[in-house]
Amino acid sequence: MLSVCRSSLLMQGKFAFLAAILFSVSLANAGEKAKEMKPYTEKIANTDVSFDMVPIPGGEYLMGSPANEKNREDDEGPQIKVKIDPFWMGKHEVTWNEYDIWSFNLDIQRRKLLRGKSDAKEKAADAVTRPTKPYTDMTFDMGHDGYPAICMTQLAAKTYCKWLSEKTGHYYRLPTEAEWEYACRAGTTTAYSFGDNPEKLDDYAWHYANCNDTYQKVGKKKPNPWGLYDMHGNVSEWVLDQYIPDAYKKWSGKGTLNFPINVPTTLYPRVAKGGSWDDEPEALRSANRIASSSDWKIQDPQIPQSIWYHTDAIMVGFRVVRPLKVPTAEERKKYGLDPAIPEDEGR
Amino acid sequence: MTQSNNQSTSRRDFLKTTTATAVGTGILASLGSAAHVHASGDDQIKVGLVGCGGRGTGAASQALSTKGNVKLEAMADAFKDRMDSSLSNLQKQFSGRPERVDVAEEKKFVGFDAYQKLLDSGVDVVILATPPGFRPIHFEAAVNKGVHIFMEKPVATDVTGVKKVLEAAKKAKEKNLAVGVGLQRHHQAPYIETINRLKDGAIGDITSMRCYWNSGGVWEPRLAREDAKSEMEYQMRNWYYYNWLCGDHINEQHIHNIDVCNWLKDDFPVKAYGMGGRQVRTDKKYGEIYDHFAVEFVYADDTRMYSQCRHIRNCWNSVTEHAQGTKGSCDISGAKYETTAGYKWKYRGKKANPYQVEHDDLFAAIYNGTPYNEAEYGAKSTMTSILGRLATYSGKPVTWDEAMASNVDLMPKEFSWEAAPVTGPDENGFYPIPTPGVSKVL
Repeated sequence: MLSVCRSSLLMQGKFAFLAAILFSVSLANAGEKAKEMKPYTEKIANTDVSFDMVPIPGGEYLMGSPANEKNREDDEGPQIKVKIDPFWMGKHEVTWNEYDIWSFNLDIQRRKLLRGKSDAKEKAADAVTRPTKPYTDMTFDMGHDGYPAICMTQLAAKTYCKWLSEKTGHYYRLPTEAEWEYACRAGTTTAYSFGDNPEKLDDYAWHYANCNDTYQKVGKKKPNPWGLYDMHGNVSEWVLDQYIPDAYKKWSGKGTLNFPINVPTTLYPRVAKGGSWDDEPEALRSANRIASSSDWKIQDPQIPQSIWYHTDAIMVGFRVVRPLKVPTAEERKKYGLDPAIPEDEGR
Repeated sequence: MTQSNNQSTSRRDFLKTTTATAVGTGILASLGSAAHVHASGDDQIKVGLVGCGGRGTGAASQALSTKGNVKLEAMADAFKDRMDSSLSNLQKQFSGRPERVDVAEEKKFVGFDAYQKLLDSGVDVVILATPPGFRPIHFEAAVNKGVHIFMEKPVATDVTGVKKVLEAAKKAKEKNLAVGVGLQRHHQAPYIETINRLKDGAIGDITSMRCYWNSGGVWEPRLAREDAKSEMEYQMRNWYYYNWLCGDHINEQHIHNIDVCNWLKDDFPVKAYGMGGRQVRTDKKYGEIYDHFAVEFVYADDTRMYSQCRHIRNCWNSVTEHAQGTKGSCDISGAKYETTAGYKWKYRGKKANPYQVEHDDLFAAIYNGTPYNEAEYGAKSTMTSILGRLATYSGKPVTWDEAMASNVDLMPKEFSWEAAPVTGPDENGFYPIPTPGVSKVL
């Protein structure tokens, strides 16, 4: 059973490059393909771990919040019209079960214990940088199996996506801020994907008042209309963008934007979305924007501080997306989609 | 029911308030009138850093972020590359205040005797942050020189080292030298308040304690065998995996948690029983340390501290301390307790970066001439960890007194790149691993 899986994976590995090319040249049919997009489960080879992906249809929406939304902040407007291409999004936040495979080589460890041979995908995945081991326990004793991974830097989240892409042969990355909000809203225009009333939040989200001071297992609340769980609350989620307070003002008046993104130029601040277990209801609104800061690892006692861990960001995690149209190398570069690991990272 | 659900003191406020406190908490009301006890006799405190790794560099940065007129003037490390990268990182950190990092070429010292040269170069405060095996030697030399000291935990890796530190600590007191030890939980408001409440009887008499440092392990060995010029260099670069340098992970990391229990108990164990081994991290590149320990410590009044530390991936992880009392139980690390009568308390006060506060406190004491000496409990908590290791390696109970009566010395007899550490690899590169039931540890 295992060996059959491995040989078919090996073949997929060989043809992955070719498949990617075919995929991008057949974009004339992308509309048709988008209709065929289905939910699927991705199994991570040499582990018992899998995760579910949900299709997100392409479309247009208003990003940001209307001026009359309660608790709205200045950085959420003016609303801008955005066109989004179809993609799949993780049904859940990435859990420790998934994340630690990359962090700790658990797939390779298990494959070796079973005396299996390494395949092309594993070799490619293993060439992706793994994080240094955290000095302390990054779950902060709040739970591991089934709980969202937290405390990683945006770089770590991006590098995980790169590893996952090599490991699975499917292209994964973090969502852009625009994609994240589009998926969160799921066609709604209200403060939350279930309406404007924060009193209904307990049905959909873990937040400060109902979480007992800790994150919770993913998928325990109701999903949004597109079947995504914990978009509001539990953990805030990394997106690809630099945080620019007046980004929407700069974008406004330029018509419908196609793939807007603020490519990061400085380490701080970058954007997280969705609010967390440690937040008040207003931070969980679809349009709310959270800016990272150096305070997120103030208790990292080392200098240079870790490029992989945020010792004090126990409210931040992420989820992955898989765009239907795989970006070209030029696009990946232009939009800063790949992780850029500093050269002096050698600790 | 929680006593208070005051959300204004949540983590978010912690994140907002730490930046302000990071530059110093309420010290040095009047620098001009303070009685200066540091050697240079003016307002400026000259700092020397011995051990320029990530933690040493962090500690230097915290020292330089205290309120006073503090300047880094000298650096020492066994390896020049470590020192250079540390200096360049500090220069980056303090690019806005470059006068704080002013290390002249002749104040950079490399090699095994670099610490002594640094001490002789005339600093007021020395930060000792090499691998812990060297700490007793460096601490003793610093005390002899009469400088104030910040030293990282643990303060030794063997009994001989602990005894040396205790001796020097006495001398430091006589000389009125300020000594800070990097057990930063002692400077962390939630810990301080929780421990004080427990000592006031919040959960009755303490009947047992438990603590953990279970994690996925630390950094991988940095230097490959084939790239090492000598055994000494190989072990020094990969110091975490060698006992004379690190004391095993029960000593290097778990000391934090063990120390908290000692702090609550206001005492140190008289005996330990332990078990552990090397189950997963067995490759020869991982030197000679274990990957798990479970130790039962016994205090003089027969109360127990149950301790675990583990470096194994994908297991239950926890870095916490807990206490059980006659009237309730407490998650010390979580700064919360619950009584059997149903009363719940959780710390809701301000928090600050403890790594900064420990330096703020030390430098305030130096400026004000206040007695300040953490060396004794630092040494005894180090000894507690070592006691746990001895009990685990031997598989037999070991008492504090018999351990303290021993003279087992893990340190090399000679310090040079050619000298041999006490343990070395066999022809296949494997080190002798302590075996319970077989190994003699005292």
